[in-house]
Amino acid sequence: MTYSVTEPTKRQKWFAGTLVILYAIITILPLAWIMMTGFKTPPDSISYPPKVYFEPSLEGYVNLFTTRTRVSQETLENLPPPQNFAEEIVRNRGMVIAGPSKFGQRFLNSVIIGFGSTFLSIFLGTLAAYAFSRFKIPLADDLLFFILSTRMMPPIAVAIPIFLMYRKLGLSDTHLGMILLYTGVNISLAVWLLKGFIDEIPREYEEAALIDGYTRFQAFYKIVLPQAATGIASTAIFCLIFAWNEYAFAVLLTSGTAQTAPPFIPTIIGVGGLDWPAVAAGATIFLLPVMIFTILLRKHLLRGITFGAVRK
Amino acid sequence: MAEVVLRNICKTFGANKAIDDVSMTIPDGAFVVLLGPTGAGKTTTLRLISGLEKLSSGSIEIGGRTVNNETPAQRDVAMVFQQYSLYPHMSVRENLEFPLRSPILKTPEDVIAQQVAEVAEILQISHKLDNKVTELSGGEMQRVSIGRALVREPSIYLMDEPLSSLDAKLRNDLRVELKRIQASLGATILYVTHDQIEAMTMATHVGVLHEGKLVQFGTPREIYEDPKSIYVASRLGLPRINILPANLFDTTRNGEHTIGLRPENILQGQGKPAQIQRVEHLGDQTRLHLMLEGHAITTIAAAGQDYPAGTTINIEPKNPLFFKADGSRIY
Repeated sequence: MTYSVTEPTKRQKWFAGTLVILYAIITILPLAWIMMTGFKTPPDSISYPPKVYFEPSLEGYVNLFTTRTRVSQETLENLPPPQNFAEEIVRNRGMVIAGPSKFGQRFLNSVIIGFGSTFLSIFLGTLAAYAFSRFKIPLADDLLFFILSTRMMPPIAVAIPIFLMYRKLGLSDTHLGMILLYTGVNISLAVWLLKGFIDEIPREYEEAALIDGYTRFQAFYKIVLPQAATGIASTAIFCLIFAWNEYAFAVLLTSGTAQTAPPFIPTIIGVGGLDWPAVAAGATIFLLPVMIFTILLRKHLLRGITFGAVRK
Repeated sequence: MAEVVLRNICKTFGANKAIDDVSMTIPDGAFVVLLGPTGAGKTTTLRLISGLEKLSSGSIEIGGRTVNNETPAQRDVAMVFQQYSLYPHMSVRENLEFPLRSPILKTPEDVIAQQVAEVAEILQISHKLDNKVTELSGGEMQRVSIGRALVREPSIYLMDEPLSSLDAKLRNDLRVELKRIQASLGATILYVTHDQIEAMTMATHVGVLHEGKLVQFGTPREIYEDPKSIYVASRLGLPRINILPANLFDTTRNGEHTIGLRPENILQGQGKPAQIQRVEHLGDQTRLHLMLEGHAITTIAAAGQDYPAGTTINIEPKNPLFFKADGSRIY
C-alpha cells in the first residue's frame, strides 16, 4: 500500500467533508432536541408525532426556576394583574409562583465543586508532574503506577466505604467533601497527562533561566508554565467534564447544601408531573459552562487530544 | 569580568568519569577555547562552572570566591547553549530583557531598554526585536541567544558550540563578530567547540580535553607547534598532521616510535620518492595525497601547480615531532 504525500484530490475532500458533516449532524441531534424541548410547552413536548415546528415558549425555563401552587379560579381572578411574563405564563396554567426553585443554588454548587476540583487537580497535578518529570525521585515509576492504579477500577466501586468515611468525617453533603473526592479521582489523570506535556518541554529552557538569575520555582513559573499551557488547558477540560457530569457520587453523598445539578435535574420530574420542558431547560443551562469552557480552550484541546502523536 | 580557577575538579555520572581531575586557570579577559571530540567532557565542564551540575570533587573559584555551593543564579555567569534555548513564548525583546529582569539584577527600565538596544545593534537584530522568536531563522535565533548572554556583564561567558548549527558563511561572520565583541568588552569567555578553526582564530588560550582529562593548555600557537602528544597534535591543523613510523626517514635517534609531520613541513625536491595518489585543488592551495612505502602522507603545494596522478616526487621531513610508543612527545 502506498500513501500519497501530495494534497488530497477534490473528490477525497468532498468525501471527507460529507463524512464530517454527517457525523456532526448525528452528534448534534440529541443536543438540538434537548434545546428545542426546553422552549416547548409541556403539551407540545409530549405530543405525538413529535413537533419540529412549534411556537417557542419560556414555560420550561419559568418552571425550572420557580415553584408554583395551584389556586382556585376565584383567587386567580382577584389577583392584581401579572407583574412580568413569568407570572403570566404560570397563571395561564391556573397557578401562581410560590417562590424560586432550588435550581439556581444547585447550579452554583456544580460551578463551585466542578471548577474548584478542576483547579485543585490542575494545581496539584502540575506540581507533581513537574517533580516526576524533572527530579530524580526514588521509586518514581512505582509511584506513578500507584497513582494510575487508582483509576483501575470504577470509582463507584468504593462508594460504600467512602460514604461511611464521609459520614464519620463530616464531609457528607459539603462542598469541600465533593471537591476533595473529584480531585482524588481526577488527579491521576492530571499527573499522567501533564507529565507527558512537561516531558516534552526541553530542560534547556529552565537551565537558561536558572543561569539568567532565576530560582527554580521562578523558572517553573515563568518558563515551564506558559509552555505547558496547552497541556494544562486540555487536562483542565477533561477534569472539568468528569467533575461536572459526575452523577453517582453526587446522588450518594449530597442531598441538600452541596447537591450538584446532575442529581437535582431529575427531581424536577417528580414535582409537577412529567415536566419535560423544565428538565430540558435545566439540561441546556447545565451544558453551557462546559461548552463555553471548551470553546474558549478548543485551540489547546485539539493539541491535547493529538498529544503524543504529533511532535512540534 | 573575573578570573575563573578550576582546582582538581571531577565529575562522575554513575561509574563513568566525565571529568577527571581537571585544573585550569581562565585569566581575566581571556578567550579560552576548550577543544575535544564529542564525549571529551567539554560541555560537562561548562555545566559544572555554571552550576547546572554539581561537582563530585574539587573546587571552582570565580573572581576569588569559591562557588561550589552556589546556585547558577548566584554564580553570575552567562551561558549560550548549543541548541537554541530561546524562550519560545516570548518575543525577541522579551528574551533579551529576561536576564536583566531577574530578581538578582532588577535592572531599572531605562537601563534595560538601553542595553537591549545596544546588543540588538551589535548583533544586527534591531529590526527583529518585536518578532516572535519562533519566526526567526536559525542564524537569527542563535544571535538572539548570544545576545541574551551579552546584555549582562557577568563574571564569565560560557559558550557551548554556539556556532555549530549555523551555515558556513554565517559562522564565519559571527566568529569575527564574537572575537570583536570580546576584545571591545574585555570579556572573559570560555568557549567549547570541536571546530579547530574557531579555536585557532578566536582563542587566546586553548585547552585540549581527552576523555575527561585536560591534556594540554596553552596559546593556540603552543598547542599547534609544541603539542605534548599525538592526540593534541592531531586536534589542530588542516590537513591533519601525518603520523608515521620513526624509521621511515633517517631521523631515528633513540626511543622514538613515531614522528608527526605537519603537511607544510614536508620539503619537496630531495629525499625519498613518493607516489602522488590524488590531487585536490582548493584554490588558495593544492593538497597532495602521497604514498610512501605503504604509508599515506598528505602535504600541500602552491596553488595552481599541477601534478598528474602517478607522478613521483621526492620528499624530506623538516622539523618533525617525535613521539614515544604511548603517544607522548619526546622532543
